[in-house]
Amino acid sequence: MLLRHTPKEIKERKALTVNPAKTCQPIGAMYAALGIHNCLPHSHGSQGCCAYHRSTLTRHYKEPVMAGTSSFTEGASVFGGQANLLQAIDNIFTVYEPDVIAVHTTCLSETIGDDIPQIARKAGQEGKIPKGKYVIHANTPSYVGTHVTGFGTMTKAMVDYFAESEGTRLDQINIIPGFVEPSDMEEIKRIAAELGIKVVMFPDTSDVLNRPQTGRFDMFPKGGVTIDALRSSGRSKGTIGLGRLASGPAARALDSKCKVHCELLDLPIGLTGTDNFIDAMRKMAGVSVPESINIERGRMIDIITDMHQYFYGKKVGLVGDPDQLISLAEILVSIDMWPIYVVTGTQGKKFETRIKEITKCVPHEVKVVSGGDMFLFHQWIKNEPVDLMMGNTYLKYISRDEDIPFIRFGFPILDRVGHSYFPTVGYRGGMRLMEKILDALLDRKDRDSPEETFELVL
Amino acid sequence: MRKIAIYGKGGIGKSTTTQNTVAGLAEMGRTVMVVGCDPKADSTRLLLGGLSQKTVLDTLRTEGEDVELDDIRKMGFSKSICVESGGPEPGVGCAGRGIITSINLLEQLGAYADSQSLDYVFYDVLGDVVCGGFAMPIREGKAQEIYIVVSGEMMAMYAANNICKGIVKFAEAGGVRLGGVICNSRKVDNEAEMIDAFAKKLGTQMIHFVPRDNMVQRAEINRKTVIEYEPTHSQADEYRTLAKKIEDNKMHVIPQPMHTDELEKLLIEYGLAG
Repeated sequence: MLLRHTPKEIKERKALTVNPAKTCQPIGAMYAALGIHNCLPHSHGSQGCCAYHRSTLTRHYKEPVMAGTSSFTEGASVFGGQANLLQAIDNIFTVYEPDVIAVHTTCLSETIGDDIPQIARKAGQEGKIPKGKYVIHANTPSYVGTHVTGFGTMTKAMVDYFAESEGTRLDQINIIPGFVEPSDMEEIKRIAAELGIKVVMFPDTSDVLNRPQTGRFDMFPKGGVTIDALRSSGRSKGTIGLGRLASGPAARALDSKCKVHCELLDLPIGLTGTDNFIDAMRKMAGVSVPESINIERGRMIDIITDMHQYFYGKKVGLVGDPDQLISLAEILVSIDMWPIYVVTGTQGKKFETRIKEITKCVPHEVKVVSGGDMFLFHQWIKNEPVDLMMGNTYLKYISRDEDIPFIRFGFPILDRVGHSYFPTVGYRGGMRLMEKILDALLDRKDRDSPEETFELVL
Repeated sequence: MRKIAIYGKGGIGKSTTTQNTVAGLAEMGRTVMVVGCDPKADSTRLLLGGLSQKTVLDTLRTEGEDVELDDIRKMGFSKSICVESGGPEPGVGCAGRGIITSINLLEQLGAYADSQSLDYVFYDVLGDVVCGGFAMPIREGKAQEIYIVVSGEMMAMYAANNICKGIVKFAEAGGVRLGGVICNSRKVDNEAEMIDAFAKKLGTQMIHFVPRDNMVQRAEINRKTVIEYEPTHSQADEYRTLAKKIEDNKMHVIPQPMHTDELEKLLIEYGLAG
């Protein structure tokens, strides 16, 4: 009972967060930057920031995560981090030779007011940025937003720095996948290929953070969106941004900078989400949906109908990021499960309204909070337990204490593998998600059923 | 839209000069927004007729992140738009970060958008550029033009020279330029000549010499700019002239700050010998 001190009685808290349901902006920025081919993320701040972000990403993806740091000392905090960043840019381009250095700021460099574009220009003037190489940046103090906003900000930087509108329009569409797994990005590309659509997807961490073991270390893996592809995104037919919070800023920036029309959708998790995504791609590219996709959809519906009795009326508690939770709530409601507790650490009133809207036909009170924490979530559960919990690894403490089945979903997952290899987006991803839900529910049923109702065939 | 930042030693009369100049521009029919970048939040007092502005940071603190533009803007004399960044009380927190936060918020809320059809934005910045936050108004894409308020007193000139050192750093990498120095007279001997020579040494110009007049004090006690309080007074015309000179100014340079001994030599030459 590691969380035995969590009281059942809920008291109003104003200035205290316990077990937050979010993490730092720079983690998201670093993850997004890894989705550019030949890019080295760079943390402009003290070493500890960079070490924490790298280790969290490494623990989640089980891959080495390369990133530089400006290694602020007391001196840099007093005199500004310009000298450190100039030296870092010089060293990185000389020693590691990436195409892009993606600088993100930290609490300290933001507070002392370092101006990254000014420093980058100075580096350029001093000849520290070789021709054809780039330094891009995102402002990501950790006291603003969350890892999701950090991801969104760095993705927008890709548009701000690279997208070009000159030249003829190209027969391609842009997809901004949102803060999802490398496996999800791969699946989105596969679906687009199945539809016969040429896409520019950014960021793209597939083949970067789900690499095969080859026995050889590559500082820069073969995956990631190229600079040329990013440049061409300004001439695409349109943009589909998946996940409003993570992809919205970049999609809108492309619209205003290059007049590339954008459509913002929820993440394609679940039946409706995937339907909407495929429909939007079909319309934007002017293609028809092939039979192969219809078959995948049909299989997903088959699982839903075959197993509906086990889904029906099961109460679920969710903790995670807004984009994911919206889609997750939608799929749960569509299979007649009841997401009754929804907690995100990211602030935003729209999120609460949206969840209320999705869950309005759930025949049970639904509690939703943005800017909440896992402590409150736990208290809710103590007052009325659920049948299933879904969220990141930190929920395992509650799962153990309250003996509630738990599916790892979202970021970070520090103690399991699979998420970086098997998607949860698309129809196939939806099938995987349902398999996971059924496994969790039916394992529990098998464990708890008395002998007289313990059945071979469920 | 021209974005202008006013710097200068503390107490030199930046806020008074800025607001009177803004009043002059507003009177000419220009749409002007003043952004006070001083935790004391007294940069718009004369335009608003008192310290009645709720600051950006106070609004952010009390209302959370759902701030609207009209919560933090107030209409002042002759339709000038007033914003106070605000900040912590003396001795706590980080005033520099406050400026970064509030200018970012203004941008996010579209205060500078084309739809606002602003002719001018003035940033009235506290004292010396003591940290990165106070340089926020002259970062890329923000103010392109700086005026330094100075007088013939040594410390004021010393501070102005120091500010130029800061400008050089941002000017070399970005687009910000020095538009000139404004002499706010303290009735020092040979003041006009000395500041004129000082400006030339810096590679810029003395854009205007604002004479000392008690009318400024009187208007200030009445919480008004001279132009509003006593529109026919000669001092009001001085500010109108300054406004016109800024409007017509084409001289934008990267300053060449002096060494201290050079600056002292200048003082001896004009101040003592003259």
